[in-house]
Amino acid sequence: MVTLAQVLPAIILIVVIFALTMLVALYSTFAERKVAAFIQDRVGPNRAGPGGIFQPLADGVKFFMKEEVIPVLSNKFLFILGPSIAITASLMTGVVVPWGPDITLFGKTYPLQIVDIEIGILYVFAVVSVGIYGIMIGGWASNNKFSLMGAIRASSQVISYELSMGLAIIALIMVTGTLSLREIVEQQHGWHWNILYQPVGFILFLVCAFAEANRTPFDLPECETELVGGYHTEYSSMKLGFYLFAEYINMFISSAIMSTLYFGGYNYPGMDAVNEFVGPVIGPLIGFAVLFAKTCFFIFFFMWVRWTIPRFRYDQLMNLGWKGLIPLGILNLIATGAAVLYFK
Amino acid sequence: MLLEIKTSATSTAVDYFPIVIQFVFAAGFVATTMFVTHILGPHLKTKKKLKAFESGIKSVGNARQPFAIKYFLTAILFVLFDVEVIFLYPWAVNFLDLGMGGIITMGLFMVLLLIGFFYIIKSGALDWE
Repeated sequence: MVTLAQVLPAIILIVVIFALTMLVALYSTFAERKVAAFIQDRVGPNRAGPGGIFQPLADGVKFFMKEEVIPVLSNKFLFILGPSIAITASLMTGVVVPWGPDITLFGKTYPLQIVDIEIGILYVFAVVSVGIYGIMIGGWASNNKFSLMGAIRASSQVISYELSMGLAIIALIMVTGTLSLREIVEQQHGWHWNILYQPVGFILFLVCAFAEANRTPFDLPECETELVGGYHTEYSSMKLGFYLFAEYINMFISSAIMSTLYFGGYNYPGMDAVNEFVGPVIGPLIGFAVLFAKTCFFIFFFMWVRWTIPRFRYDQLMNLGWKGLIPLGILNLIATGAAVLYFK
Repeated sequence: MLLEIKTSATSTAVDYFPIVIQFVFAAGFVATTMFVTHILGPHLKTKKKLKAFESGIKSVGNARQPFAIKYFLTAILFVLFDVEVIFLYPWAVNFLDLGMGGIITMGLFMVLLLIGFFYIIKSGALDWE
């Protein structure tokens, strides 16, 4: 049986990671508007608090206080279920990410990872795939043409890009020989980052991550010029908030996964010397800070691309996915296999 | 042999327990927030407000109408290819142990798959106007 003492560290970590995820998601919305403003030579939100720092809180309160509208023709149960699934699925993925090396507190060692399962990557894939049900159910339940079109586009796009993402991951697994995220990170100790062995795989993964998170240039599902708001046209109040939050949490988690898989996670050059110098409590925290910095860079990269590259047309999107990325993924797979056999 | 996943330690059902805690936590948060926003917001329902939005003009017909068959085709092809990608996972984990035999077996599988892939491209199943 499971005792409380066994699960207490996990529960504390769950609460901390949950709070962190929420904070990052809140401030990503703010950061997005500030980055957009910077790129377009504007000021951005600057009224709430110094430099607009309380803007996300004001937005949050607004989400709570607005009227929730459920259209008469919609399916009420599914209408509420859609955003709930979307955000629950996105909150579930952070469980397997190793946020830092083992930390020693009061003479006991605790892992900075909520659960270390041997099929870590598969778990992430499975849970991310559930997220699309949220969009599909919400879009269908709205009984609105824009919503339905957006939902169909979203699911079609996500499943197409999932294939190339899987191929990119398989090439990575051939190099690492394990599916556990913890082991993959440990193998990248110091500067032996997987990006050095899998540059093409990383590009593939990055492009697919953009498509999976429905971010520009692949944001066809919520294309304003054609579909008003896409799958969340009919949504208001916190249900709309949940969809938007789910997108930002997905962005955060996929940035963390990218850093973990390809950029060494919490590893950095010269970490052994630093760890010896600062001890077993501060050392892991520096590792966590390093992972967080890498994650923040990728979040910034997501925003940078959004305000730089225009949106694709739908046929271009599908052609890129099926005729560009899948053959590239298979080629990468073959090249990786040959290289691994030759060098090991 | 091909389907065995090799790892240093085997996970048991207990190792997955924190995932259950996380799920309870996430679902509880979502349910609470939904309930609270339902209580807090104003409730001024009018007939026009509850209609489906169609850019301000009168909505025409039901939204659940037939859509392009292409999407359906994409979904079917996805299922085929995703199953194949799932087959590759255990092979990739055991890649080095299986050696040459594994490469040849998987090479044969990939060739068959690529023939199918070229066929669907040639037949125009993935062409979008």
